[in-house]
Amino acid sequence: MLMEELLSVKYDVISGDFIRGGEASSNLKKLLNQLGIRSDVVKRICVACYEAEMNIVIHSVGGYIQAKIYNDRIEIIAYDNGPGIPDIELAMQEGYSTASEIAREMGFGGGMGLPNIKRSSDEFYITSEVGKYTKLKIIIYFD
Amino acid sequence: MKVKDIVDALKLRVLAGEKGLNREANGVYTCDLLSWVMSHGKKNNVWITVQIHPNIVAVASLLEFSCIIIPENISVEETTLTKANEENIPILQSNLNAYEICVELNKLGV
Ligand SMILES: Nc1ncnc2c1ncn2[C@@H]1O[C@H](COP(=O)(O)OP(=O)(O)OP(=O)(O)O)[C@@H](O)[C@H]1O
Ligand SMILES: [Mg+2]
Repeated sequence: MLMEELLSVKYDVISGDFIRGGEASSNLKKLLNQLGIRSDVVKRICVACYEAEMNIVIHSVGGYIQAKIYNDRIEIIAYDNGPGIPDIELAMQEGYSTASEIAREMGFGGGMGLPNIKRSSDEFYITSEVGKYTKLKIIIYFD
Repeated sequence: MKVKDIVDALKLRVLAGEKGLNREANGVYTCDLLSWVMSHGKKNNVWITVQIHPNIVAVASLLEFSCIIIPENISVEETTLTKANEENIPILQSNLNAYEICVELNKLGV
């Protein structure tokens, strides 16, 4: 099986930008549809990418989403420059959220984003260092 | 059933996304918690929500919802309407509340 990377895209994600928040995921979706990826797989990728993107918008100082497309899978890196997650196990629990009042009024802060990402992906890795960064790696296979 | 049939039957105001009125509508989902919607919404659903900020268009577009219905005449942010026009997602406004809208949609067999 060929394992070369076919395509790589990178989108900046800006802290607090609720208007453009979601655009990285939308652009990625268009690309995947053009490549003819199965629609149920595209949906899982969209859910994971959107939640990762909005977490950067809501919880971080900003970062980026990078997607690498191989012929059998997609690998998404969601990276931001902090503030980081002190307790990852706690953050992964359904319902746990530190979202601000403003974000909650907008319908964020259900504490479902990270669990959604985990459920939607075939492989999911999260690393973080307080004051430095949070990094998610999401792998979803196409078949 | 098409979105425009729902617009006619429920006398909804089309605030944006007119180009999407021919979309197929199938099933109804109502919830205002976006990550919950993200994990439970299905393609072609009619989505009823009181959220009015632009991110609802991103959610609807990613999940391929047929339209968004805003209950109780809540007015919608201009940036949301602009985005909905770009993505061809109809944003429809009703004077009914979410429950009453569901009842009407159920009668229509959506
Ligand atoms: N990129 C990030 N940087 C810093 N903290 C984060 C980041 N992503 C998640 N967290 C922390 O993990 C918690 C849980 O995240 P999760 O996405 O599951 O829920 P949420 O974003 O609070 O709400 P929802 O996703 O349902 O809108 C967040 O409230 C926040 O404390
Ligand atoms: Mg989240």
